[in-house]
Amino acid sequence: MSWTAELAERWPEMWPELWLGTLDTLYMVLWATVVTLLAGLPLGVLLVTTDRGGLTPAPAVRAVLGAIVNVGRSLPFIVLMVAVLSLTRLLTGTTLGPTAAIVPLSIGAIPFFARLVETSLREVDRGVIEAAHAMGARKITIVGRVLLPEALPGLIAGLVMTVVALISYSAMAGAIGGGGLGDIAIRQGYQRFDEYYLWATVILLVLIVQAAQSLGDLLIRRLSRR
Amino acid sequence: MIDAVGLRKVYRLKKREVVALDGVDLHVRQGEVFGVVGQSGAGKSTLLRCVNLLERPTAGTVRVDGDEVTALRGRRLREARRGIGMVHQHFALLSSRTVAGNVAFPLEIAGVGAAERRRRVAELLDLVGLSDKARAYPAQLSGGQKQRVGIARALAPRPKVLLSDEATSALDPATTTSILELLRELNRELGLTILLITHEMDVIKRICDSAAIMESGHFTESGRVLDLLATPGSRLARSLFPLPATEAPDTVALTYTHASDEPLMSELTRRFDVDVNVLGGAVEDVAGRSVGRLNVQVRGANRAAALDYLSGKGLLVEEVTAR
Ligand SMILES: Nc1ncnc2c1ncn2[C@@H]1O[C@H](COP(=O)(O)OP(=O)(O)O)[C@@H](O)[C@H]1O
Ligand SMILES: [Mg+2]
Repeated sequence: MSWTAELAERWPEMWPELWLGTLDTLYMVLWATVVTLLAGLPLGVLLVTTDRGGLTPAPAVRAVLGAIVNVGRSLPFIVLMVAVLSLTRLLTGTTLGPTAAIVPLSIGAIPFFARLVETSLREVDRGVIEAAHAMGARKITIVGRVLLPEALPGLIAGLVMTVVALISYSAMAGAIGGGGLGDIAIRQGYQRFDEYYLWATVILLVLIVQAAQSLGDLLIRRLSRR
Repeated sequence: MIDAVGLRKVYRLKKREVVALDGVDLHVRQGEVFGVVGQSGAGKSTLLRCVNLLERPTAGTVRVDGDEVTALRGRRLREARRGIGMVHQHFALLSSRTVAGNVAFPLEIAGVGAAERRRRVAELLDLVGLSDKARAYPAQLSGGQKQRVGIARALAPRPKVLLSDEATSALDPATTTSILELLRELNRELGLTILLITHEMDVIKRICDSAAIMESGHFTESGRVLDLLATPGSRLARSLFPLPATEAPDTVALTYTHASDEPLMSELTRRFDVDVNVLGGAVEDVAGRSVGRLNVQVRGANRAAALDYLSGKGLLVEEVTAR
């Protein structure tokens, strides 16, 4: 029997477990995205405004934030996950399951997203910021009505990259008991050597990434005015 | 309307200091168009940015309509800035907002209500001739249209003065003309005081009542354009009306800032029995007057008396070549 035919035949039997795994993955990624957005966006804004020549220059603050972000960015996710286990337990009461996985996922993605936010905000025309100053705008107005709206397409592109990274992190989280498709791939595919489970999880992960990317691209196209 | 006294601006860089403004006194009268001309790096933009305190001068004071803006900070400064419109060389429009949204922006900042904003935006777009582009985005406009949006935006909060930093430098000649005409019109019809900086003499000639020449951080000449033209040795006069070099002997450069009713040249020949030969030059409208600057060869026994006669008629007479 051919490989695809075999996969098709096994699919109904694997599906209930795969479906639950998909839901767990989406749950982790979604919540981690929300947390990352809420924390990473302000962090990215601060990285830009506290810089020399920024809206509120504060070299010391900027140096500390930059260092924290760099540490977060340079830790391999699998190491970070283990390193924050006690924080995870503190926040969620457990270190297993999709809810627990949200903690390391968010901590891993926040610095990543913050850097992407920083990059898109830096691309905003300085002349426009200056024009807003000349109109008598407050700094908070400049952030809210100039910086963020002008950088919006770039911010969304950054968010999509972050979501895609989170999907791949979530598969890793599965490896240490986070649940989701990664967990299935490890338990069924790796430990029991059932290659069809492995392929099925790969297909589902690819589909989820594709869906996220297409949705993001669509949004960016509609918002881009350049 | 704008009075700056003893302005200095020193930029401190890591290793050295740049003196961008080195003692500038600027006086712009209510309702006039004042042009500052000078080469790149002369300090023109710095001067303009010191007027609305985008740069805080190292020393000196700036008053706009009587208020000492250099004494203001925080909220008071932001309020003062709303009375000072600014137009930028590269337009500085928000790419994420429509034309109408851009013009409405300073009104939002000033806390103007939505209905009043809409009314004012429509009025301004009509004024700059862009009513049909209200819903377009800046990326869909030509350079001239973008600058019109920039001007409408600057005028939205009804400023007393308009600052223009090389507003036409990024535009082609035809568009430059239309933007300069728009500025002139706004000056005449709204009584708007305009301080503009440019590196093009032509802009001074076309719309300025007063002008200053700026060089390495200070003014080398400053005053009403017509007065400067009547000043012997004025660099502004020479730059506005460059006369071709001539080797012809006994040549004088004649400058007049008001057209004469009398046929002066024929009068000269008749009264003083001199030979008059116009070698070249131009007559143009400057600051609403017909201004001429000509190279004229005057020869004959009564030459000195003839030239005195011209001076007496209010012409500026400058010897060009040795006799
Ligand atoms: N923010 C700044 N930091 C340091 N030097 C500056 C800054 N802005 C302007 N300068 C310097 O000040 C001088 C005057 O610049 P500017 O006012 O832009 O001249 P212009 O507009 O006549 O070309 C130049 O030497 C320029 O390099
Ligand atoms: Mg300049």
